[in-house]
Amino acid sequence: MKPCRLSFLLAGLLLAGGVHATAADHVHASHAWIRVLPGDLPAGAYVTLQNDGDQPVALSGASSTVYAEVMLHHSSSEGGMSRMTMVDALPVPAHGTALLAPAGYHLMLMKASALVKPGDTVKLTLEFTDGSTLATDFIARPANAVDENH
Amino acid sequence: MKPRHLPRVALLLLLLAIGLLLGGCQRSEPLPLRLTNVTGHMPDLDFKLTDDHGKAVTGADYRGKVVLLYFGYTHCPDVCPLTLAHLHVVMQRLGPLADGARILFVSVDPSRDTPAVMHAYVNAFDPRAVGLTGDAHAIEALSKRYRSAFTREPGNTDGSYEVSHSSAIYLFDRDGHARVLATPSAAQDDIVHDLHLLLSSGATP
Ligand SMILES: [Cu+2]
Repeated sequence: MKPCRLSFLLAGLLLAGGVHATAADHVHASHAWIRVLPGDLPAGAYVTLQNDGDQPVALSGASSTVYAEVMLHHSSSEGGMSRMTMVDALPVPAHGTALLAPAGYHLMLMKASALVKPGDTVKLTLEFTDGSTLATDFIARPANAVDENH
Repeated sequence: MKPRHLPRVALLLLLLAIGLLLGGCQRSEPLPLRLTNVTGHMPDLDFKLTDDHGKAVTGADYRGKVVLLYFGYTHCPDVCPLTLAHLHVVMQRLGPLADGARILFVSVDPSRDTPAVMHAYVNAFDPRAVGLTGDAHAIEALSKRYRSAFTREPGNTDGSYEVSHSSAIYLFDRDGHARVLATPSAAQDDIVHDLHLLLSSGATP
């Protein structure tokens, strides 16, 4: 009976895996970079997320071994005023993209444990609302970098 | 041409020359600015603040320079750096002329933005950027002077707060007169164009 129960369990796991593919399985991250600011000032991180799945997914935030605090933010400009607000999640539509780019959505990176210099690569673990994660390499760029892709 | 007509011709030429000279001297002729022209609608550049070397400065210290005035704060990782990065590109496009201009980045968060923090921040963007901080009342006075606004709201974590601030960039000529109001989304070509006009007019340094 024992081997039988095990194979049932395995089949169940495989089935679960097949039916419930995670958000991270379907998302590709590209153009990932960090604008590095002097001292221990918070930095902004940007990335393009592409979802090739049939279901919409949503980014809920990120974590990092380098930055103690990471927050998903949105910058907006209304009536000539700029402001930043915290966001719970950023949807990535099915077969669509979501952009984290200057003057829009960004990951705010705070409390760096080590000095990050332009040219460095920093790994951020992107987190989705279903709990899945996607480790992504971000390139550190100088403060006055202009995002030529957007 | 008969000799008796000569004095009349000479007089005409003299009048023409005087007219040209007067025209050349006249500075009230409106500049063909591309961005929002605020000439005569906003007060001259005036403030009492501390620069990023810790030195007390006033608006008069920047007479002779074309000034780009922008309000922000260093704990702003997205919009402020984007605007300053764009202004850096604008300065680069001006070439050697950019020495006649200064970016004045005024902190609306003076409790965190000490001159030392401001110094590191502005220099990460452009060598011709100056960080100004100071007394909260002095900053409020400057902000009000240009109908700019900022608010501070307590955030939800340990003593942090959210700042919202006016996103406008104000351009002043070499005499300290407010001339142009630009938004951060203004075309770089237009800012460069208007700066060229301002740099080639007004008082010489
Ligand atoms: Cu932010």
